[in-house]
Amino acid sequence: MYADFLRRLARDKLAMVGLCVVAVLFFVAMFADFLAPYPPDRIDVEKILVEPSRDHLMGTDPLGRDVLSRIIHGSGVSLSVGFVAVGISTFIGVILGAASGYYGGLADRIIMRFVDIMLCFPTFFLILAVIAFLQPSIWNIMIVIGITSWMGVTRLVRAEFLSLRERDFVRAAVSQGASDLRIIFLHVLPNAMAPILVAATLGVASAVLVESSLSFLGLGVQPPDPSWGNMLTEGKDNIEIAWWLSLFPGLAIFITVMGYNLLGEGIRDTLDPRLRR
Amino acid sequence: MTTQSISTAAYNRSAEELVRLDGLVKYFPVQKGFLRREDAQIHAVDGVDLRIFRNETLGLVGESGCGKSTLARLILRLEEPTSGSVHFEGADVAALNSRRMKQVRRKMQVIFQDPYSSLNPRRTVGSIIMEPLVIHRIGTRRQRIEKVAALMQEVGLRPEYSDRYPHEFSGGQRQRVGIARALALNPSLIIADEPVSALDVSIRSQVLNLLEDLQERYGLTYLFVSHDLSVVEHIADRVAVMYLGKIVEIGSRNDIYNNTLHPYTEALLSAVPVPDPAAERNRIILEGDVPSPMSPPPGCRFHPRCWLRIPICREIVPPLHDVGGGHAAACHVRAPAEISPR
Repeated sequence: MYADFLRRLARDKLAMVGLCVVAVLFFVAMFADFLAPYPPDRIDVEKILVEPSRDHLMGTDPLGRDVLSRIIHGSGVSLSVGFVAVGISTFIGVILGAASGYYGGLADRIIMRFVDIMLCFPTFFLILAVIAFLQPSIWNIMIVIGITSWMGVTRLVRAEFLSLRERDFVRAAVSQGASDLRIIFLHVLPNAMAPILVAATLGVASAVLVESSLSFLGLGVQPPDPSWGNMLTEGKDNIEIAWWLSLFPGLAIFITVMGYNLLGEGIRDTLDPRLRR
Repeated sequence: MTTQSISTAAYNRSAEELVRLDGLVKYFPVQKGFLRREDAQIHAVDGVDLRIFRNETLGLVGESGCGKSTLARLILRLEEPTSGSVHFEGADVAALNSRRMKQVRRKMQVIFQDPYSSLNPRRTVGSIIMEPLVIHRIGTRRQRIEKVAALMQEVGLRPEYSDRYPHEFSGGQRQRVGIARALALNPSLIIADEPVSALDVSIRSQVLNLLEDLQERYGLTYLFVSHDLSVVEHIADRVAVMYLGKIVEIGSRNDIYNNTLHPYTEALLSAVPVPDPAAERNRIILEGDVPSPMSPPPGCRFHPRCWLRIPICREIVPPLHDVGGGHAAACHVRAPAEISPR
């Protein structure tokens, strides 16, 4: 079953491009210290705003720091924000969605109305407001993005549970006397993993984007720690004289987000029985 | 021979009663609109009294939507009844707390119609069959593995296949996995909800024979739900016929197939396909459709389609009247009960 899935996924060229991007990103983030040609915060006053050259492939910023090294170190931020935030939102979504879909009734109605209420807030401004109250730090960003983006997963998991609950193998487990927790985690949830995986992959892309936006607005990762978002902020002040300061962090965000989206959509298409050839 | 002796034993008043249903009713509410107002009710099971005796096979027949699957689920307590009661081995099932309920569930198991949706696609066949043993904490891990191998052998599967997933098996093999799972706890009652309807005709008789063998070996009691009268004739000792949520006729296999009382049973029997094209047939064609279970007709539910109807059929619901020997029918014409005192 899984082997078959991987074989069909491997035939999807765009999904493979996405997978490669994600894999490279992982590699870069993990070995940032070895890959970066310079320390990310080394100031060199003799080399301020140097154009991309052999020594500095992506040029240097107004403090003479190497842009490539900062992008390489910034990848860890993007990666960890994406995964931790999506981990939090998926966890909340699975618990609430499972309770809602499995038990139904009053619990279902309360949870679904709560989802509706949460969806009424413009998420980004909610995040901005919360971050403005708290200290802007990478941990706060992860948590806040996580607890403002679980609604989609909740609805998805609920829908899966509603349909799986009526399947005979679940009824068989009930008639054998299995406990609710056993049925939820052993019988229903494993069969709902595929759509959750797709949602999580696409969720990483949007979390990366939100983190960049927050850092760009100065409410995310604080300088001098490098993040692609705050590098863009620094870049915009010198955009007339140093295009490389804006172009390269922007490209990094673009490629990362696209990589996750391609991978997520590839997985979804592969899992969709209607698209099987 | 054995089935004959079992079936006569079933009429014997002293035969042990395994399941007793009294006035069992299940209505499903139909909700409409934003406020979820209750708009109507579907009368899925509407006042069923039924006994299932130990070691017998009771066939439950009726067309789609007559409530036979709902009845099976009510006995298993997969649905809660609207009113009425289910007694299993003398205990009122609805009144049991969750610990005692678990003990009862151990003694009644189910085999489903669709062998494709009745097995969890993410688990190996071995762990599916082992699941009931794990839930009830029976035996050590090694004993469980041995039991699974024995069960697979029993139902005609090779124990080496226990590491495979359900999608690697054919429909008939999967149904055998379902049977092995139902047997794992040595239950006294097995409810088989259309167990062979989804199988090829060639596989059907194999599975039916397997069920009969197992009954003999383990002294099982079956409630065999089916819409196929020829299958029920093959396997059942007693047969109950359901129409629109009510039992209209019940009796021994011989009573139902050879001394038919209720006109609905007669119509059903005349619709059974006969493999001989030259055979002369008296096919009864019923007029009209099955009435909606949301608003069943007053009086006898079958009267709008019945060719025997008399005025009383429109007004008074005929009770299930025993004409002797455990053969009962709900019909004012064929099995008139004394409604007014003599």
